[in-house]
Amino acid sequence: MKAFTYQRAGTMAEATAALAQVPSAKLIAGGTNLLDLMKLEIEVPSHLVDIRDLDLSRIEETADGGLRIGALVTNTDLAAHGRIKRGYGVISRAIVSGATGQLRNKASTAGNLLQRNRCPYFYDTDQACNKRLPGSGCSALSGVSRGLAVIGTSASCIATYPGDLVVALRLLDASVETVDAAGRTRTLPVADFHRLPGDTPEIETALAPDELITAVLLPPPIGGTQIYRKVRDRASYAFALVSVAAVIQEDGTGRIAFGGVAPKPWRVEKAENALAEGAETVVSIAFAGATPTEQNAFKIPLAARALASVLAEAKGTTDAV
Amino acid sequence: MVNGEGRAFDGDLRTTLLDFLREHLDLTGTKKGCDQGQCGACTVLVNGTRINSCLSLAVMHVGDEVTTIEGIGTAADLHPLQQCFLEHDGFQCGYCTPGQICSALGALDELRRGVPSHVTAELETSVSPTPAEMRERMSGNICRCGAYSNIQDAITQFVGEAR
Repeated sequence: MKAFTYQRAGTMAEATAALAQVPSAKLIAGGTNLLDLMKLEIEVPSHLVDIRDLDLSRIEETADGGLRIGALVTNTDLAAHGRIKRGYGVISRAIVSGATGQLRNKASTAGNLLQRNRCPYFYDTDQACNKRLPGSGCSALSGVSRGLAVIGTSASCIATYPGDLVVALRLLDASVETVDAAGRTRTLPVADFHRLPGDTPEIETALAPDELITAVLLPPPIGGTQIYRKVRDRASYAFALVSVAAVIQEDGTGRIAFGGVAPKPWRVEKAENALAEGAETVVSIAFAGATPTEQNAFKIPLAARALASVLAEAKGTTDAV
Repeated sequence: MVNGEGRAFDGDLRTTLLDFLREHLDLTGTKKGCDQGQCGACTVLVNGTRINSCLSLAVMHVGDEVTTIEGIGTAADLHPLQQCFLEHDGFQCGYCTPGQICSALGALDELRRGVPSHVTAELETSVSPTPAEMRERMSGNICRCGAYSNIQDAITQFVGEAR
């Protein structure tokens, strides 16, 4: 690990000022992803700003009947929160399908938005990777690509966004609240938070360098049967090959988002209009224009089967009610 | 604080909590397996919550209460869960055991607090520490010897005795 300086920030202004003033400063909360990457010297921050003391660990009701989730709320606390379990079950389900108890106890809500991809060529510093070293090329394109993205990719990068929670947040039209070093706040939809790789795969989010995530905002609950189905190589503690987040209403309408298939949570709203026509049709619309490799082409039929299973489960639940 | 004793940290900022415990405090009960948060051998309790000590910086725990296996039981005064591991041969080489014990205690506390798991059927009802629940909740602790079924039996007995 490269040496760094360290600061425990007492206020948000202190934290964002450090981001603005110190070259390659990084915020650290749970650290489960950042420290792993620092050990491998893939992340080499010159300065760490520990934000554990900031007052960002609360879950509060908003005026419109939604929830404001503080950036530092842990995955465990979020999954276990009464209002989340009651109104936003797909969030609890998505969280507990990922990582381990130990990691979920440390991992923060904002850190989940910012977690880096798990492409093996990003992690192997002997390989070419445009995310890690812009312009070096992409070893994944001609390499082992079974777990990588099938849509939203570019000739520069085929890495996936690896998380589960954010797939559920995208499904629920959540938004991200931030503050910058000048004290300016803004709110942007989760849908616009992650960038597709294009020619600049090293730029992964819409955040400015001096911007701090303060909260995730949830609209009021939308009811329905909420399901998160994750297909993976092990029954526990594995990243998704394909995941499906769904809210299905009693009349059969609903929302669908996919994880493990793209550089960001993949939701195509117009595909949801075809829910009555079944999973195959929804997937054919949601994955139109996909450019899978020979090794990961299986993900598209797998997505259709996972969605079919989710729709059957939702129908069963609805019939039982 | 580590196991109830005040401890000062003034080492290299890069020191993980795991290395601080083992190399600075000589608390070698906590084990280093993968050093990447994948195996769970380094699991300790921080303010009562289980974490991977390899993926946390010592400097970030100033003011925290850390409990390692040395603070849970000793050879002369075993924790009841350690006794259950002995009775059920919940280990072979024993390298993963301190992490398994800390993790199981943390997992049972999470269950009491209403934290759901991937195999929990209903989110809003209370959850019992069934074998299926504990297997899922212990998936962050790898046992290279494959003593899983005995670890499961040890935890099941401990849960029964605790009732």
